[in-house]
Amino acid sequence: MQPAAAAPNQSPASASAGANFLTVNNIEVVYSRVILVLKGVSLTIPKGGIIALLGANGAGKTTTLKAISNLLHGERGEVTKGSITMDGVEVHRLTPNELVTRGCIQVMEGRRCFGHLTIEENLMTGAFTRREGKAEIARDLERVYAYFPRLKQRRGSMAGYTSGGEQQMCAIGRALMSRPRMILLDEPSMGLAPQIVEEIFGIVKDLNEKEGVSVLLAEQNTHMALRFAQYGYILENGRVVMDGEAQELRENEDVKEFYLGISEGRRKSFRDGKHYRRRKRWLA
Amino acid sequence: MVALGQFLEVLLSGLLAGVLYSLVALGFVLIFKASGVFNFAQGAMVLLAGLALVRSLDLMVAKGLPFWAAVIIGLLFAAAIMAAMAFLVERFVLGPLANQDGLTLFMATIGVTFMIEGGAQMLFGSNVYPLRLYPDDAWFMFENIFEGGILLNKLDVWGGVIAGVLVAGLALFFQWTKTGRALRAVADDHTAAQSVGISLNWIWFVVWLVAGLVALVAATVWGTKLGVQFSITFLALKALPVLIIGGFTSVPGAIVGGLIAGAGEKLAEAYLGPIIGGGIEYWFAYVLALIVLLARPQGLFGERIIERI
Repeated sequence: MQPAAAAPNQSPASASAGANFLTVNNIEVVYSRVILVLKGVSLTIPKGGIIALLGANGAGKTTTLKAISNLLHGERGEVTKGSITMDGVEVHRLTPNELVTRGCIQVMEGRRCFGHLTIEENLMTGAFTRREGKAEIARDLERVYAYFPRLKQRRGSMAGYTSGGEQQMCAIGRALMSRPRMILLDEPSMGLAPQIVEEIFGIVKDLNEKEGVSVLLAEQNTHMALRFAQYGYILENGRVVMDGEAQELRENEDVKEFYLGISEGRRKSFRDGKHYRRRKRWLA
Repeated sequence: MVALGQFLEVLLSGLLAGVLYSLVALGFVLIFKASGVFNFAQGAMVLLAGLALVRSLDLMVAKGLPFWAAVIIGLLFAAAIMAAMAFLVERFVLGPLANQDGLTLFMATIGVTFMIEGGAQMLFGSNVYPLRLYPDDAWFMFENIFEGGILLNKLDVWGGVIAGVLVAGLALFFQWTKTGRALRAVADDHTAAQSVGISLNWIWFVVWLVAGLVALVAATVWGTKLGVQFSITFLALKALPVLIIGGFTSVPGAIVGGLIAGAGEKLAEAYLGPIIGGGIEYWFAYVLALIVLLARPQGLFGERIIERI
């Protein structure tokens, strides 16, 4: 199986600068004016690509996503250096709702469905920025239900009472209702059973292929993310420490050791692993 | 039969008085739900709406406009004033203070209260202005059942009807319109709402506007009852026990809380008053609120927190 080669025409390495949907250029993010979280992150998202953003807890994945969707302000964070451009427009000049209107929407970590609204109402909130008529939006609702048949069954339930997997589907479906060109997907696998994760990733891949939606996928589940993405960036302590084709990353010794839990030769004990890590920090 | 008739009379007049408290409490609930701001200025907004209405009405009647036309234009003018207030509050107070602590926002609304009180009286004058929108005379019901019938004030009955229409309208707005749905989404999780493209500034403007219109409705009833005057701002204090009884986040809670507070204080005055001395009416609602706080701190209709187990 070669997911990286599944869509060769979409491969970021071969994409020219003009085909990039989004460019993040060396950004620095500071929270509350003192806490430096991102120390120069650069990445590009080609049109129609799935890009994985990998890293441990606190590496800066969520912050990167929020910087792109301009939601940092709510947490007193700001981009102090560098630039983010989407389709040639500086993102920081746009409000979050203008960004959604232009086709960039974030599915936040932890689902964040509106618990007291029904599943269908949740989906409809995603169409807030749409200016088309009711018929068009109803058609999109059916389209979302076609991708997530489970949501159709639970359309009348309060989102707060549905399962974690259903909430994740609801959150993705809600984002789809805005007719996005790019989805920033933050840890969709969090707290879900492997089977559900598989199902959700499959749907995301489907969306990407059929609707041409670009995806920036922030994940801790490196194994899953690299199976579905074409290209990956690895963040550590607010810096990109490595990037490359998904295939290449999966075969990299360090990625195997630190993120995939596979090692060459004899199986190391946990203590060995820690020792090894302490001795050899990446690119440090 | 006489005792029962008396009881019903006290109960009904209490419930109807309670509806009027609910009208003020409703404005609080709307803003608290959508933005987590405890809006101390709600009472001042009733004053502003009342003054705008009564002063424009008086002016137009003096110019010789027929009364019904003057009422319509006056209501529209007052609504426009409330919209301007909502815009200014959102633009210059809440917008810049977004994501601050709840207490900070509460302090800001205290500031807004003084601005509105001062501004309203500077623009429209500070005397007592009588408002005559509803009939204000006594009304005897069920005279064939009870000896002497049940005495009600027509104004209170009107107040009840109007509050009912208002609540039904708000319920429809919240349940079935796009903006209403967005308002409920913001009440649930404002960051998530922002992430799907709902503009918080727009929602806050809308919610302050709706609270302003509710204040306008409250002002028509209270203004007819008391005359439009500065003391109307203290209605905000009457709404407090109502909110504690009903729960800060519930529209039905504001209504039921108002009914309980109104009926409770009238009944206590009539039946407990002779035993422990009169004047209970003015503080009994707070006793009820205290009991609710001890037994059910989120209020009778306070938000059930949905948590997955």
